[in-house]
Amino acid sequence: MQRPLPTPSPLEQPYFDGCREGELRLQTCNHCHRAQFYPRVLCSHCGHDDLTWQPASGRGVIASFTVARRAVSQAFEAPYVIALIDLEEGVRLMSHVVDVDPEAVTVGLPVTVAFEVWSEDVTLPVFKPH
Amino acid sequence: MKYGFEDIVIVGMAETDLGVVPDRGPIELGAQAVSLAVNDAGLKLADVDGLITCNSLVHPVMYHAEATAEYLGIAPRHCMAVGTGGGTTFTAIRYAAAAIQTGMAHTVVVSMADSMRSFMTRERAMVVQASSGHPAYEQPYGPTVPAYYALIAQAHMAQYGTTEEQFAEAMVSSRAWAALNPTAQYRERVTVDDVMNSKPIADPLKMLDCSIVSDGGAAIVLTTRDRAADLPHKPISLLGYGEGHSYEHISQSPNLTTSAALPSGQAAYAQAGLSPKDIDIAQLYDCFSVALLIQLEDLGFCDKGEGGRFLQSGATQPGGAMPLNTHGGMLSHCHPGNPGAIFGLTEAIRQFRGEAGERQQVDPQRILLHAQGGIMSSHATLIIGKEA
Repeated sequence: MQRPLPTPSPLEQPYFDGCREGELRLQTCNHCHRAQFYPRVLCSHCGHDDLTWQPASGRGVIASFTVARRAVSQAFEAPYVIALIDLEEGVRLMSHVVDVDPEAVTVGLPVTVAFEVWSEDVTLPVFKPH
Repeated sequence: MKYGFEDIVIVGMAETDLGVVPDRGPIELGAQAVSLAVNDAGLKLADVDGLITCNSLVHPVMYHAEATAEYLGIAPRHCMAVGTGGGTTFTAIRYAAAAIQTGMAHTVVVSMADSMRSFMTRERAMVVQASSGHPAYEQPYGPTVPAYYALIAQAHMAQYGTTEEQFAEAMVSSRAWAALNPTAQYRERVTVDDVMNSKPIADPLKMLDCSIVSDGGAAIVLTTRDRAADLPHKPISLLGYGEGHSYEHISQSPNLTTSAALPSGQAAYAQAGLSPKDIDIAQLYDCFSVALLIQLEDLGFCDKGEGGRFLQSGATQPGGAMPLNTHGGMLSHCHPGNPGAIFGLTEAIRQFRGEAGERQQVDPQRILLHAQGGIMSSHATLIIGKEA
């Protein structure tokens, strides 16, 4: 059984291309200079549509997390840590926290991005404690 | 004739068999609910000129309201199916009122039913589960619905010091009420220890922090106060209504621990000219223990961050100061998916009529109902009152 895979639109493709190249990319607004996640046709902060892809630091902290004790499907093996990560750039995204004892994960834990191959075409960001 | 919101009243309600109902499918339960509710209102099916239904997650159909009307052999002037999440229950009631106010219909039935317990296939369950997350930025990480709510629970624990034992009190309270309700699916009382020892699902949530899976349906009949004058039941007034929508996907939530139940409740209180202390019974959306706790805070029944201690105080249980989900709620009574919140409304009407058996409160005057959909995303609050 396969994990659910994103089917990116052309607009979203640079994010997924970046992941394959080992770089976390965020859209940044040339008008208000804020970053956003997920990618959109306009800036969700100010509404302007002048956006540039920029590499992110890949550093953040855990805003919240859960240890899934029951997997959503046979494609996943419980336990796994699902977390919301607040990046230094001021955006939040969902991801996995890996290479860690699930019992040691806490809100506020500093983490750094890593990349995991999800399928032949898709690589996604995951996070590890510093 | 033009009608205002204050002219629209509830005149009838009914529930189908609830719990495990393997001999009826969703459309059959929904049609049965309409028929029973119309009868309860002292009307005939032919009087129904507006029908609002909730699409089924188990057997979704195009034009669900129209299919239900056809099944019943009626041809209403207005039909609409809603089919998103729990929050739409009270939005549908507001739409029914709006349809009457604007002359689109004069007698509207809101009917919701589904058969999650007896008719859900494994494949369909996967589709429904997956539909709640963002397809590109959440679902690939394998979150379950309880996991989304667990993210909120963990954040509340970190911010306010809420404990797992306090979350567990939600089910303790729910079962204390359900034990008094013959139609509740689970009626056995539980202790905090029972909840703590139930199967871990997504930390900190356990099996008994989660709502149940049921079959069942209910319908509500609304019309104008002048039309209600010669109907058998004393009409029930709509006093206030509000909504709040601040995101759809949990990873986009601007605030994990304060929800859009706050503006939703504020709007409803403002329209009704009431405050939380004026509410005699609250029927809130208890899909998970943590959802209930946050609604208690955001709707003003306790201070922010105090939801855990409030539940622990016993205030929400039979004999407590703030009777909560007096039918047992979706944690114990009936949760057939999207229709789950409608049983808070049928129970509220029963409480106004003095027909709530062992659960009956002393002459309640004002009841607040709240439902939410998505992951604490989309909120609707309805305050209803007994006619003088």
